[in-house]
Amino acid sequence: MPHQQIKFYQAGSFVAGNRLLPPEERSVQARMDRSNSLTSGHRACQGCGEALGARYALDAAMRATGNQVIAANATGCLEVFSTPFPESSWQLPWIHSLFGNAPAVATGVAAALKVKGRTDVRVVGQGGDGGTVDIGFACLSGMFERNDDVLFICYDNEAYMNTGVQRSGATPPAARTATTKPVGEEPGNVFGQGKSAPLIAMAHEIPYVATATVSELRDLEYKVERAMEFRGARYLHIFVPCPLGWGSASHDTIRIARLAKETGLFPVFEAEDGEVTGVSRIRRPVPVEEYLRPQRRYAHLFGDPPRADVIARIQERADRNIRRFGLLPDPGEGADLPGHATDKADVTT
Amino acid sequence: MDKPFAITLDVGSSLANKTGTWRTERAVYVDRLPPCNHACPAGENIQQWLYEAEEGGAGYERAWHKLMEDNPFPAIMGRVCYHPCEGACNRGQLDEAVGIHSVERFLGDEAIRNGWRPQVTARPSGKRVLVIGAGPSGLSAAYHLTRLGHEVTIHDAGPMAGGMMRFGIPRYRLPRDVLDAEVRRILDMGVTLELNRKVTNVLESMRDGRFDAVFLAVGAHIGKRAYIPAGEAARIVDAVSLLRSMEGEERPLLGRRVAIYGGGNTAMDAARTAKRLGAAEAVVVYRRTRERMPAHDFEVEEAEEEGVMMKWLSTIKHAEGGKLVLEKMELDESGFPQPTGELEELAADSLVLALGQEADLSLLDGVPGIEVEDGVVQVEPNMMTGHPGIFAGGDMVPAERTVTVGVGHGKKAARHIDAWLRGLALEPEQKHEIATFDKLNTWYYADAPRTEQPLLELTRRRGTFDEVVGGLDDSNALFEARRCLSCGNCFSCDNCYGVCPDNAVLKLGEPGEQYAIDYDYCKGCGLCVAECPSGAIEMVPEAI
Repeated sequence: MPHQQIKFYQAGSFVAGNRLLPPEERSVQARMDRSNSLTSGHRACQGCGEALGARYALDAAMRATGNQVIAANATGCLEVFSTPFPESSWQLPWIHSLFGNAPAVATGVAAALKVKGRTDVRVVGQGGDGGTVDIGFACLSGMFERNDDVLFICYDNEAYMNTGVQRSGATPPAARTATTKPVGEEPGNVFGQGKSAPLIAMAHEIPYVATATVSELRDLEYKVERAMEFRGARYLHIFVPCPLGWGSASHDTIRIARLAKETGLFPVFEAEDGEVTGVSRIRRPVPVEEYLRPQRRYAHLFGDPPRADVIARIQERADRNIRRFGLLPDPGEGADLPGHATDKADVTT
Repeated sequence: MDKPFAITLDVGSSLANKTGTWRTERAVYVDRLPPCNHACPAGENIQQWLYEAEEGGAGYERAWHKLMEDNPFPAIMGRVCYHPCEGACNRGQLDEAVGIHSVERFLGDEAIRNGWRPQVTARPSGKRVLVIGAGPSGLSAAYHLTRLGHEVTIHDAGPMAGGMMRFGIPRYRLPRDVLDAEVRRILDMGVTLELNRKVTNVLESMRDGRFDAVFLAVGAHIGKRAYIPAGEAARIVDAVSLLRSMEGEERPLLGRRVAIYGGGNTAMDAARTAKRLGAAEAVVVYRRTRERMPAHDFEVEEAEEEGVMMKWLSTIKHAEGGKLVLEKMELDESGFPQPTGELEELAADSLVLALGQEADLSLLDGVPGIEVEDGVVQVEPNMMTGHPGIFAGGDMVPAERTVTVGVGHGKKAARHIDAWLRGLALEPEQKHEIATFDKLNTWYYADAPRTEQPLLELTRRRGTFDEVVGGLDDSNALFEARRCLSCGNCFSCDNCYGVCPDNAVLKLGEPGEQYAIDYDYCKGCGLCVAECPSGAIEMVPEAI
């Protein structure tokens, strides 16, 4: 009989764990001893992508550092829903100061730890896209250029959700927000504005920059773990759908994140010292329409008549990402397993 | 006030905030019926035994025991079953169906190799049951009745046990050592088998042996004859007799050119047997087209590979020594073949009729309450005939005539006989909702092409009765088992535990690695349901 590779989790290579896998090869989220950095009782909406992404990332960071993590949090949903005084959902040392200064606070904590000689304790700064891409951007850029020993995580839900869904610098074109109404020739957010924080972070030539989504847990955990292997400034940009702000069903949060990656609209990659070192390829290519349709923030594109021209422009953006990052599946290799776990997960008998 | 500056309230955990009150729907774990299980005529719990087999090693034996709860013939079934389970398999819509039969065969062969035995735990009931016919249905009933604690005696008219498994299925599809091993295992459980014992009167046999109930499974062993005008020199045999004579000492003489009349699986078996007996030409004559042939595709393909020729749209008008006269047919609008009057000749030294089989029901003559229609015995849903205490199954009752259906009848009848002997009526089990493809989240299943079984090379297939289809080995059987999607049943992938934004899925840990929903915090978002690969969770509206 021909030699055949057996995958440990044939029945679901993309799932969180599997009874057939030894515990150390399962994702952190599959472990009974995960730290649940963000615990139950928080006031995030049903199906919140940010709550999910924050627990994924921080649990992975806790595991990578032996539970020696301090988090500095920007103002935003994440702070508001987790810590309405006097309650807190955080099960790790956590500090909140202002909307715009989370990277600077994180720098300060890192500096204090350095003075105290506590190199074992690591610092994570975190915030939403508003606090990262817009309001906290000067502090973030400063943290990058000084190469402070902080992992900064941006949970990108593409608008200011906490204050009522206003446009941010990370809001995509054509999306409806409270400040980009779906009216006129160019309904929703305009094309040609906004910025890509991961690419700007790369331009700082910091040790590590990566993007991830809540739909690829193993990839996300791998990137947090990888980031913790570096000293200096690191940046992780996590795509977290917002059911409330995007007008999507609460059970579709992960599906929509998956579609963002599979359409090419959200490129998932990692970069070291300013150069891309790895991309997560598309597994089942889909047109952008499949991503847009389940979200009411794009409902104006599917009215009568539908705005095929706008959808085509969004498709162009996706196609550009696919070209730019080389996201198409390699026909020879088949699908990559997320989290680069392929080598670990294969056994040859 | 003994608090730090500007602090007025005690700080606490958000666990005090029971967000479960937001919920309008709740997530609930369910077991749905996998389509393979639903399609299995023997009622096997396929998903469950594959689940055990996925572990490999000791899991194989557990899988085999699970399989044996429903079917005493894994090694036979993995070879001769037409596996409707694979036609229903959801993985077929993803890439290719799981090779259920090949894993089943592997487990069956492992059991024979390692001498695994079924467990009988029931206490003796003191009841005696007579089974008439040692074919798949009778043996299956005997096996299940024994497991239920009853004392079983089988009477069979033939010289060897197995019924159509021995006298109908050629050995290149079912090697006799496999058949013998699985039959022997049933007899070793304490079943009494009396061969060459034709029952001529059921009621007498019951009375003489002081049996409390009887299960009839005499099969259908009489080849149907069609009236074909034939010259004196014409040599005509029926396929059932031909296949039966293959089990005797002397090989039947068919000549160099053999024609087979019929389009079913038996016709293919007869044609392939004729080839192996040395016929230079074996031609199947069938009155319709290939598409309308009742034989299974793979049997037709294998026959054609071995050099069997097909003559479509033809009937036999006349048979003589050395030749047949055929009439060409054409299909009318309703797809029924109509004669065209156009004749042709086909050289043939012998003609094998494979036109179906009939049951010999003479043992039921004069038994009150028995109803026979279209040559088969009518039974109630509980497999009982019109005569109390006489049950029947297999080819002699109205059903599809396959080994698997027979085995299923045996099991079903055994359970109802057991209930009847205890003076109870078996309540039909509530079936779960079927786990259809749309209930799954197939994103999570890695691409994994089906493992194909090796085929014997053609030269050896033409000349010998060696087994044509090979088996899997330890590693690729494991690969194949792990292709199972576990439709409708949790396989402990930890996804629900991972994807809950509220940590409201609790992992209970070993054994079984089950999960529970913490309704104090479940907000009812439905993410666990949407991201469950196997469709084993559903949302249920909260009562208001």
